[in-house]
Amino acid sequence: MKRRSKAWILVAPLYLVTIVLVFLPLIYIVALSFLKKDVLWGVTNEWTLGNYRQMLDPVYLKTFVDSLKLAFATTVITTLLGYPFGYFMAKLPPRWRNLCMLLVVVPFWTNALIRIYGWMILLRAKGVLNTALMALGILSQPMKILYTYSAVLIGMVYSLLPFMILPVYNSVEKMDWSLVEASRDLGATAIEAFFTVTLKLTLPGVLSGFVLVFVPSIGLFFISDLLGGGKIMLVGNLIKNQLLQARDWPFGAALSVVMMLLTLLIILLYRKITGAKDLEGFF
Amino acid sequence: MKGKKKFHFSSLYLILVLLLMYLPVVMVVIYSFNASKSDAVWGGFTLAWYGKMFQNRSLMDALRNSLLLAVASCAVSAVIGTIGAVGIVQGDFKAKGIIENGAMLPIMVPEIILGMVFLAFFSLLRLPFGMLTLIIAHTTFCVPYIFIVVKGRLAGLDRSIGEAARDLGATEMRMFFDITLPLIAPAVASGTLLAFAMSLDDVVISFFVTGAQTNTLPIKIYSQIKLGVSPEINALCTVMLLCTFLLICLSGWIGRGRKKRNPIKEETNL
Repeated sequence: MKRRSKAWILVAPLYLVTIVLVFLPLIYIVALSFLKKDVLWGVTNEWTLGNYRQMLDPVYLKTFVDSLKLAFATTVITTLLGYPFGYFMAKLPPRWRNLCMLLVVVPFWTNALIRIYGWMILLRAKGVLNTALMALGILSQPMKILYTYSAVLIGMVYSLLPFMILPVYNSVEKMDWSLVEASRDLGATAIEAFFTVTLKLTLPGVLSGFVLVFVPSIGLFFISDLLGGGKIMLVGNLIKNQLLQARDWPFGAALSVVMMLLTLLIILLYRKITGAKDLEGFF
Repeated sequence: MKGKKKFHFSSLYLILVLLLMYLPVVMVVIYSFNASKSDAVWGGFTLAWYGKMFQNRSLMDALRNSLLLAVASCAVSAVIGTIGAVGIVQGDFKAKGIIENGAMLPIMVPEIILGMVFLAFFSLLRLPFGMLTLIIAHTTFCVPYIFIVVKGRLAGLDRSIGEAARDLGATEMRMFFDITLPLIAPAVASGTLLAFAMSLDDVVISFFVTGAQTNTLPIKIYSQIKLGVSPEINALCTVMLLCTFLLICLSGWIGRGRKKRNPIKEETNL
């Protein structure tokens, strides 16, 4: 009994932080999303579903659809780029594999803004890429890439690629290769074996990557701000604007609640499909 | 023959993607030494921007704020995360599962939601926006990094060492400081370094919870980049990259030291 009471002291701060700084604020946001905005500032005490109804306005619906499209495109491209990377990396000899792993992980530690800024230098009308392409005679005049949809997509893929590589790598690395050998022995070609065995066995990694890429890509407002020049509106930008410019907090809260539900749905779906409790490839 | 060719293709692919990953970072570093103010042309090598950067009061203030913020929130969350992980692994508490999952939420939900949640909650509590709110917010998302790394390490530990110590009459306190803490110290250190990097890196959450008077470095960089280029930012980014690089080396060194210096690990992993 004595032992238990002491251990309680150890977890008390964690409980406190989680309850006061995670659960309570979340509950407050949900409540806020059902309150009516006051004419000028703050909220009234009236309950309403209006904030949710407001989302059905075509302008906002379009933002949602655009955001989901971009998130989807980002996920597809990171999968196409990241799967081979994770796969090849897992098959490297250990020494090279560790080096490769280190190189993939380093960007996690570096500031995301700095990396996006690097892309701005590259993609500017008179930037490095255009200058290089023109010097090589591939382009006769600069191509407009920065402040377009493509630039935002490049930035998203670039920022989120490691989140696809690592789970794929993990699942390929711990895969049971004897199953592939067995299928080869039974007469499958290398390509058949890949699609029927390898791909299926590494699917949890890929799905985990889907979640890890898709979820944050909805909220990275600074990428579309910087690389899209403020022309490309995503749910993240919408929430930011509602909070800081329009000062419509209840609507911002409602948007956040919908985004949270979407996140939750994606994670539940992932758990249901793979039967795994945690996302693969992290920690 | 075929196998060899395949190897070449896969290596080529890995190298190409890695080059693309590092290209933007390299650009920033190169242009921090560019004498020309425009980043389209190369005007020769200079260190002038570094000098200007150190004279820029608001940049230096932002740097000081960021460091203070990272140190404060990491110190607090290292304690909360570490003892929390030890407690959770040892005991059986009410709502343990909910708290464990809940504690991870700050790094599971998109950052922008966390930012919005804090903004609304802090103004409900009428907290003055500034360093205090920044520290609270950063602590909340630093705790899970340390918690999860330490918990992972504890799961790999042999409980019998602790039990032996208790059988030999060690108090709970003594056991924690003499046995558990030395064993998990590398995990605490690497978790804290990760949290430190995340705190230094954070734009989105800080953006919402900071006051008009308090700038952190990423926020300052963000507004500068948005306004237009000033080559001092290149210099500043390069300095930040260097700091990050040192953090990574430090973390790697701790990891390596663990393998070399701590023979207990081999035993406890058996």
